[in-house]
Amino acid sequence: MADLRSTFIGIKSPNPFWLASAPPTDKEYNVRRAYEAGWGGVVWKTLGSEGPPVVNVNGPRYGVIHGADRRVLGINNIELITDRPLEVNLREIKSVKRDYPDRALVISLMVPCDEESWRDILHRIEDTEADGVELNFGCPHGMAERGMGSAVGQVPEYIEMVTRWVKKHSRMPCIVKLTPNITDVRKPAEAARRGGADAVSLINTINSITSVDLDLFAPQPTIDGKGSHGGYCGPAVKPIALNMVAEIARNPATAGLPISGIGGVTTWRDAAEFMALGAGNVQVCTAAMTYGFKVVQEMISGLSDYLDGHDMTLPDLIGRAVPNVCDWQDLNLNYVTKAVIDQDACIGCGRCYAACEDTSHQAIAMKPGRVFEVIEEECVACNLCVDVCPVENCITMRELEIGEIDKRTGIPRGTYANWTTHPNNPMARAAE
Amino acid sequence: MSQARLSPGVVPGRLTADALAANFRDVAPPLDRHEAQVAADRCYFCHDAPCVTACPTSIDIPLFIRQIATGTPDAAARTILEANIFGGMCARVCPTENLCEGACVREIAEGKPVQIGALQRYATDGLMAKGVHPFARSTPTGRRVAVVGAGPAGLACAHRLAMKGHDVVIFEAREKPGGLNEYGIASYKAVDDFAQAEVAWLLKIGGIEIRHGQRLGQDITLDGLRAEYDAVFLGMGLGGVNALRAEGEDRQHVLDAVSFIRDLRQSRDLTTLPVGRDVVVIGGGMTAVDAAVQARLLGAENVTIVYRRGQDRMSASRHEQDHATASGVRIICNAAPVALHGNGAVAEIEFAYTEDGPAGLVLTDQRFRLKADQVFRAIGQRLEGTPEGLALEGGKIAVEGPGRTSIPGVWAGGDCALGGDDLTVTAVAQGRDAAEDIDARLSGRAGDSA
Repeated sequence: MADLRSTFIGIKSPNPFWLASAPPTDKEYNVRRAYEAGWGGVVWKTLGSEGPPVVNVNGPRYGVIHGADRRVLGINNIELITDRPLEVNLREIKSVKRDYPDRALVISLMVPCDEESWRDILHRIEDTEADGVELNFGCPHGMAERGMGSAVGQVPEYIEMVTRWVKKHSRMPCIVKLTPNITDVRKPAEAARRGGADAVSLINTINSITSVDLDLFAPQPTIDGKGSHGGYCGPAVKPIALNMVAEIARNPATAGLPISGIGGVTTWRDAAEFMALGAGNVQVCTAAMTYGFKVVQEMISGLSDYLDGHDMTLPDLIGRAVPNVCDWQDLNLNYVTKAVIDQDACIGCGRCYAACEDTSHQAIAMKPGRVFEVIEEECVACNLCVDVCPVENCITMRELEIGEIDKRTGIPRGTYANWTTHPNNPMARAAE
Repeated sequence: MSQARLSPGVVPGRLTADALAANFRDVAPPLDRHEAQVAADRCYFCHDAPCVTACPTSIDIPLFIRQIATGTPDAAARTILEANIFGGMCARVCPTENLCEGACVREIAEGKPVQIGALQRYATDGLMAKGVHPFARSTPTGRRVAVVGAGPAGLACAHRLAMKGHDVVIFEAREKPGGLNEYGIASYKAVDDFAQAEVAWLLKIGGIEIRHGQRLGQDITLDGLRAEYDAVFLGMGLGGVNALRAEGEDRQHVLDAVSFIRDLRQSRDLTTLPVGRDVVVIGGGMTAVDAAVQARLLGAENVTIVYRRGQDRMSASRHEQDHATASGVRIICNAAPVALHGNGAVAEIEFAYTEDGPAGLVLTDQRFRLKADQVFRAIGQRLEGTPEGLALEGGKIAVEGPGRTSIPGVWAGGDCALGGDDLTVTAVAQGRDAAEDIDARLSGRAGDSA
């Protein structure tokens, strides 16, 4: 059993799996159940300023994208920050933290964009013994219309300003939660670092309309015939989140800034991927909302087995794939592969043929008896046949040896060379 | 246990009405919407899909399954019915494991094919339950076609001809339409009078008249039909049953399996239908299985199917055989009847073991006897009362291409014609294709190689 103990910006937890600030972490009852189930940490659902609590809609809060057999692929939500009184939340946080001192407990905050509001809320939470704060600059619906959440996260100058206030008025570690609803995630991350943030967490949810009711002609979830955009999360958003995490991890201006990875983490493998791209830990919401808190047990056993199997420690994993994330122009254009179909594994569905023949390079021949063969003279190694084949490892890509003739081009495979020195590149620099 | 259950001889009421109702309910209950979605999602949407090739009517299976998966089962039903107007019955009775599902790549990959038959039923049942007939007639042509036999071949032919605008008169010997769908299939495969409901739905196309009590050679003649109509399609099936040619075959309670199946299907009260305590069925096809299983379900204590060749030669599909054994039917292979013993009524049947060698099937000296108070013959049917002048081949009406017989203007299809293989789906394909050929001929577009 690998040692999964995690220290993230000085906050200790028995494992790197935290529940994200979201409906599952709204109150003591849920958080206690989460800790009992094994979650290493919790980011308490966002607290707002003192005063009348926010109100939520009384119709549906969630929309969903289903895959086969109603598997939840993505959820969007229009729930706002906590709608429970500040006093109640603070009392419960203190009570839970007292009973679970080994677990991480971070408080998510969102108050109006003035220094006084931030100073006040920071003073109010000081007494809870919570381990840190997360600034909610990501929530894309409702609160953003009131100048908070992603409305702040979309303006790097505001991020920097508010982060600076927080660091000025609190000694707590500070995580800045970023919105993906921007064009370049590096800018807000850089702003957070300038403001003194100890870490960033991302991604918050993505602006989305999950579907349209084709009888009501209204977006879903539909409230009395109307719908508003919500925040999209779950497995469907993971590729977007992975890229944004990697962009921050490899950006020289933010390199080394701790990252809490969020976005569709459903299994240990998802978590390991986020961590390989630089996340120090991960936060989870949709998987718990879909399956309950018990899912963390699979994440713990899976990550442990993986680390043991690769003779790695948790810190070894973090950021290990970052050096291999590069720009397109740095990819080796002399890396040549060809599709190979394992005829014994092939079940004859012909999806590779249809995909290649109709939409790619006509590089697969269909022969009598439903035998499908790669035409190396045409194969550009696009990988589409591998992607659409229903049988795992039936189609693989074979790497040509250096010097082996590429039958498509008639040119022997050369050594590493990229676009920056390619003769077709008008901007090519001469090889040095 | 009721006393009647163990009564010797052929008696009714071995089981209570409730037990019979339970035994004869739908053998493969329909998928609900969610089950259909899950099943549909397993389809890989194969290129030039092997399931389509394996279907005698070439239904575009990947397309209709995708239409189910995307929430448009009525569109799926139209895809099915365009190719096979009996898509509903075929979904129930096709030996899919030998046809579409046997060819499914997931059968190759996992031994678990996509549930094509069940999905087809889901789609077609849904459309038929709405009472929707999705096809309309073309402009009337004024041409008239006679169809002999209101079975799957004849009705499929009639429907396609009616779609093309021709007027069709079907001459049917029996009092109900449907042919073997109505008279020759185990009742648990088509519950709730489905065969009649399907024919009524089919006839909504219009332009088809069915005249009952019209037997070819008795009430009508081929020459007469040829004289009165622009074309004739023969789809009267096989009227005769092959004999065992075993000593004592004329004893009481030795019956044709098809008669038993027919009587059972037409019975309104199964408690009145007599069945033996020890039933023996001779044969190896679907009819043998249907008779044997239903005898068990009626309360027979011992039911045995005896087939003269090896199990791999049985024309009943493996699924059917398994259904029989799971229902408590014993299957004995490589044995042929030589004598039926008994005093008036049959009491025992004597078999010789066989050997299937290069010289054909040979009876050995090894013999055994089975107790039998009821025996069903299910060793095939044969053509009866063929009109003169019609060339035969292999005991069936010789046809070329899309069902053209040796007589110009006369087409044939289904079990009575060469190439029919005792399957509803094949009969439908032949009826449909003959209709297309007839239409081409009548509209002056001579079909290929005409």
